Amino acid sequence: MLTPQLARRVTVLGTFALALFAIIFFRLWFLQVLSGQRYLAQASQNGSVREIAVAAPRGDVLDSRGNLLVDNTRALDVQLSPPSLPKSASARAAEYRRLAHVLGISMRARGCRVYDATTKRTVREHLATIPCDIAQQRAQIPYANVTIKTNVSRDTQFYILERLNLFPGVQVQQVYERSYPLGPLAAQLFGTVGRITRPELRDPRYGGASPNDVVGQSGLEWYYNHYLQGQDGNQRVLVDAAGNFQRYLRGTPPTPGHTLRLSLDMNLQRVGQTALQQSIDTNAPGQGGAFVAMNPQNGQIYAMGSLPTYNPNVFTRPIPTSQFDAEFGASHHYPLLDRAIQSPGPTGSTFKPITATAALQSGRWGLNETYDDTGKFCQGTLCRHNAGGVANGVLNIVQAIRVSDDIFFYNLGALLNSQAPHGGPLQHWAHRYGIGRPTGIDLGGELPGTLPTPAWRAERNKLEYECDHATGPYKGKPKHAPGGCGIADGTNRPWSSGDNVNLAVGQGDVQVTPLQLAVAYSAIANGGTIVRPHVGSAIESANGTVVQRIDPPPLRHLHINPVYLAAIREGLHEAAQSPGGTSDAVFGNFPEKVYGKTGTAQYNGQHDYAWYVCFVPAWATKKPILVAVHVEQGGFGAVGAAPVAREILSQWFFGHSGKYVPGTSQTL
Amino acid sequence: MTVTAIQAVEEQAPERFRFLRRCDPLLALSALGLVGCSLITLRAATPNSGNYYVERQGLYAAIGVVAALVLARIDYTRLREYKYGLYGLMIFLNLIVLGMPAVNGSRRWIPLPLFQVQPSEFGKILLILSLAAFLTDRSRRTHERSTTARIMLLALIPALLVMAQPDLGTSIVFAVVGFVILFVGGTSFKQLLALALLALLAIAVVLIVAPALGMHVLSGYQVQRLTGFLHPSQNPQSATWNIHQSLIAVGSGGRAGRGIHATQTRLGYLSAPTTDFVFAALGETYGFVGGAIVLSLYALIIWRTLRILTIAKNLYGTLIAGGILAMLMVQVFVNVGMTIGIAPITGIPLPLVSYGGSSVVVTMIAVGLLQSIHIQARTAAASKARQLIS
Repeated sequence: MLTPQLARRVTVLGTFALALFAIIFFRLWFLQVLSGQRYLAQASQNGSVREIAVAAPRGDVLDSRGNLLVDNTRALDVQLSPPSLPKSASARAAEYRRLAHVLGISMRARGCRVYDATTKRTVREHLATIPCDIAQQRAQIPYANVTIKTNVSRDTQFYILERLNLFPGVQVQQVYERSYPLGPLAAQLFGTVGRITRPELRDPRYGGASPNDVVGQSGLEWYYNHYLQGQDGNQRVLVDAAGNFQRYLRGTPPTPGHTLRLSLDMNLQRVGQTALQQSIDTNAPGQGGAFVAMNPQNGQIYAMGSLPTYNPNVFTRPIPTSQFDAEFGASHHYPLLDRAIQSPGPTGSTFKPITATAALQSGRWGLNETYDDTGKFCQGTLCRHNAGGVANGVLNIVQAIRVSDDIFFYNLGALLNSQAPHGGPLQHWAHRYGIGRPTGIDLGGELPGTLPTPAWRAERNKLEYECDHATGPYKGKPKHAPGGCGIADGTNRPWSSGDNVNLAVGQGDVQVTPLQLAVAYSAIANGGTIVRPHVGSAIESANGTVVQRIDPPPLRHLHINPVYLAAIREGLHEAAQSPGGTSDAVFGNFPEKVYGKTGTAQYNGQHDYAWYVCFVPAWATKKPILVAVHVEQGGFGAVGAAPVAREILSQWFFGHSGKYVPGTSQTL
Repeated sequence: MTVTAIQAVEEQAPERFRFLRRCDPLLALSALGLVGCSLITLRAATPNSGNYYVERQGLYAAIGVVAALVLARIDYTRLREYKYGLYGLMIFLNLIVLGMPAVNGSRRWIPLPLFQVQPSEFGKILLILSLAAFLTDRSRRTHERSTTARIMLLALIPALLVMAQPDLGTSIVFAVVGFVILFVGGTSFKQLLALALLALLAIAVVLIVAPALGMHVLSGYQVQRLTGFLHPSQNPQSATWNIHQSLIAVGSGGRAGRGIHATQTRLGYLSAPTTDFVFAALGETYGFVGGAIVLSLYALIIWRTLRILTIAKNLYGTLIAGGILAMLMVQVFVNVGMTIGIAPITGIPLPLVSYGGSSVVVTMIAVGLLQSIHIQARTAAASKARQLIS
């Protein structure tokens, strides 16, 4: 049937087919052979591997004997990955409803404050719990997962995992939560951990942290975060274009954080907190206090407590604002405050050795010089008296320290006064001892306190004036009556000799933390070295080998004439352990050689604040120790504070605390 | 070889399969080869489905082979008598499918207890058989305009029905089948040229003039898909996302393919890797080598079809072969062209390779008809030879 016409047409068809095949072949050759590499690169970019972060457990914290202070418990959190949520709003809402039902979260809309990063304003929206959480947490860190519920049960985990198609973008992530087996012991030292914040992401301290990381944000957790953090691992997962799980690929296991070993001795800590609590309980209206026990030679902290305290385990779960305000507010005297480093105040007579150093070193007073204490010290019309109105007669500087004679030190204060902006020898030596500046302890949040000088007073007067008249930095703010802002007394009174007299006995405007005082006395104990106090003693790997010792070098040497130093020590020793000494009632019969000084700080309208600092130095024992105790409204130093120090020393030297005996001295 | 020797050989085979001695083995082997390529590709493209696709596709191919054997056994010429029935059945099936429940917005399938039937697929072969018969009836009047008009009309009616399902790709196949049957049947070039111009005019009206006047014959996605290959986009939301991913898949396959690392196919970047984009899956997994093997098998089939077209014992056979040639060529070129970015996206299955029962069975039926034409031609030639000898 092959007609010539059909033959022609078949030729046309065949040629056409051949041409089409040729085109396809060449196109295929072009795509696969000539451009193959380019397309292969594009295929690889399609990102078919997802990395799921696997949180590293933070390192444990141990005391010097290896007692566990902070460790981790595992928990399951339900998180949402915002980019993986359904695109359509109605599908998202339906998913939130399902999730809320499973997790027992209310779907009722409520007010929700959301920070808008573009307008830099907080707006109040009306959202249900889950969308509110998402909006708030995304405003914090845009690309991080949003935690919807913490600590869900295994059942919930399985329920969600088996129905992932109903819950796109939902992850049940294993997280670690900090736990504190010893509860309220040294609670303020450890600090908190939390999801990294937007400013912290830019902080070099958290270099390399990712938006989902949990980091230390205060206390030891903050200071040693670099070691404790560990390295998050990842689980690499092959997913398809829709993000569905295909299979696991080889991932990187997390590296747990290093262990932080502290120099703390938890037995000493426990005794210190118990004794301090006893002092607070027995010295009404005492309400709070702090103590520091440290090695005066190298700055290692053996115990450091602040009362009232709290159980840090409560913060493992988010707690409602009302509960927080009730348990951590004014009515409970702010238990979160670490009074050892964050609550500076006048030190009372514990300041006197600093005044003595300044007087002797500046040559304004000699070792053999005496002063006749007649019972009053007058400047113009203002006369001051000793506590209890006693008159101690003729005293040299050692004797003055022993009995804590105020008149003697008022006189030194007047002698050492200077109208120079930064004051005279008293300010110079106080500054060198570390008053008014941070000690550099390895905890966050330390306050520097105040060392009053003529320049400081002038600055305060200026600020008060500007505040009262609503000028300068206070422009536009309401005006006040003179002194109404509370920055200064409003009289615009310049620095006077009276200010220096106050400072000489640790009263008035000077503000010192217990730790600063402990560091200053350490210098007296160790021969003039200002140590850098530290709670951490070593970084250890998980198997216990030491990665790094924590042994910060001293900050400076004071170069005090050894003769002067010996005299001051003599005064301190006699104060603690000789008849007539201010704390002899407490330490007179203590078997070790104790050097100690009481302090009683006066506050307007409040009961006196009790202070005590003592040390057993390296030449007297193989276990030198220095203790500083501060009890708010605890009364006289020998009554409120010295007995706590004795309990601590008893535990330190003999392994048991003695009977708590309040002191009797009525001296400042 | 003498005739007695041929008879002797023929008598050795069982009586029932003696007809197979006269089949076209190259055609049969290339069809089976494509089925093999299909099974291998489907297994690689569906890593999470076990042997689900392989088993089913194998079963469809087996059903298709049985159907092909049955058709090869009979004389296709007898089908000419049933032209009205065949045409009516095609119209009927493609009408009732419009009353079926929609799947993904399309009404293309008739759900039966065990499987679904896609009438538009069966429509192809029914149309070829009936159109060839109608044209054979008017074989002495092929030069008349009325013949051309009637045949084209008979092809366009089902094409419009299929377009309503909507299945644009298959309606294109119908139109081209009608055109090629006319071409093979001897319609004058003048009339064919007029048809081609009309087709161009229709395309212009549908794509340009009608939308400009506010009439949208095709829905937006169809227009985008038809023209998108001219400007592939990287926007995943756009209609050309599929082309883009398909190009990456094919291109990344390189010379020898990516095997189990074919992420485009195995991780779902490629849409429909078992059906419309099966060639992209094959290209990525087995590279230029795999693509070239499959294309060579198609070339072999096209060549054998052209040859069968020329040796058919009657015009009906020639026209059937011409229709089947058109059907296969459109499907191969449009489908492969789509995956490599030189043809519009239309949902056309790749014959024998794409997963799908109706398509595989229909293609096998077409191969069976070609074999029947071949066998009948050989038989006629053999009896003519016997007559000459005797």
